[in-house]
Amino acid sequence: MIRKKGGKETPAISTASLPDIVFMLLFFFMVVTVMRETEQKVEVTYPKATELTKLEKKSLVTHVYIGPPTKNYRKKFGTAPRVQLNDVIADIEDIRTFVQNERAKMPESQQRAMITSLKVDADTKMGIIYDVKQELRKADALKLNYSAVVRATDL
Amino acid sequence: MPRAKRAIPEINASSMADIAFLLLVFFLVTTTMDIDRGILVTLPPYTNEPPPDDVQANARNVLEILVNSKDQLLVENELTQISELKEITMKHVDNRGRLPEFSDSPNDAIVSLKNDKSTTYKRYIEVYNEIRAGYNELRNQYAMQTYGVDFKKLTDENMKAVRAEYPLKLSEADQTDFGAK
Repeated sequence: MIRKKGGKETPAISTASLPDIVFMLLFFFMVVTVMRETEQKVEVTYPKATELTKLEKKSLVTHVYIGPPTKNYRKKFGTAPRVQLNDVIADIEDIRTFVQNERAKMPESQQRAMITSLKVDADTKMGIIYDVKQELRKADALKLNYSAVVRATDL
Repeated sequence: MPRAKRAIPEINASSMADIAFLLLVFFLVTTTMDIDRGILVTLPPYTNEPPPDDVQANARNVLEILVNSKDQLLVENELTQISELKEITMKHVDNRGRLPEFSDSPNDAIVSLKNDKSTTYKRYIEVYNEIRAGYNELRNQYAMQTYGVDFKKLTDENMKAVRAEYPLKLSEADQTDFGAK
């Protein structure tokens, strides 16, 4: 009978590297999620509403932020509400090309279902919103979402 | 040295994997916590023509809502509080010819919304929300009567039927520019 390796059994598979693999996965997720969330250069306090729907398919959503610039960007961009597209503070004229570019990144079948999520600060005046909506209509981005938070109290 | 000492790991590395899994699960969960919520609307396609005159529709079928730069509401030329708007919308849509100032039928009912350039977005959302809430409540009532279920729990077909019964016809006109900048 072949003598079994007795006594000190060295582990055949070293489990010391398992946490390394898991940390790799972890860092991957940490990095990937940061890539999606762009740095918010404008401050947005969402308005409150009750008739809300959840946006389940995040891949279909293009974000447009409108609000007064944050402290760091106030010197450069002033205090009036500005439009932020993805990562840059842009002008209203840039919205059309932005939306078309974002739509081109999506697969053909999903392009018609693209939703533009307007994340607008509650104190913004409607003038800018109207211009943005006109640009979106010109760009044929007709599905729109006014981002808001749940209102618990009655008006 | 005759033989290298076999390095026996003194720290049990198996628990590190557990800690790492916990951190991973934590991040997976926290990144989905910020669910985007909002009011979904579909904009009308862009035309170069000016928006159609609401005069074509019978004046009684149009619920005219004006919001000025001070966020005050004028509904059918009467100063209204935002808390009354939902009920007025419901009365208008579900009138079915009873009162002369409201619509003939839900299918004819149009809500016309006009802002000023200086109206706050907050007020705009509140108004839009109340209009939507009015329609949703009417749709819910109808769904309960006809199908016995909440509107949101209906099948797609039935949802379409309820929506056809109470179509949301909202007309947003060009903005006025009277307010203080």
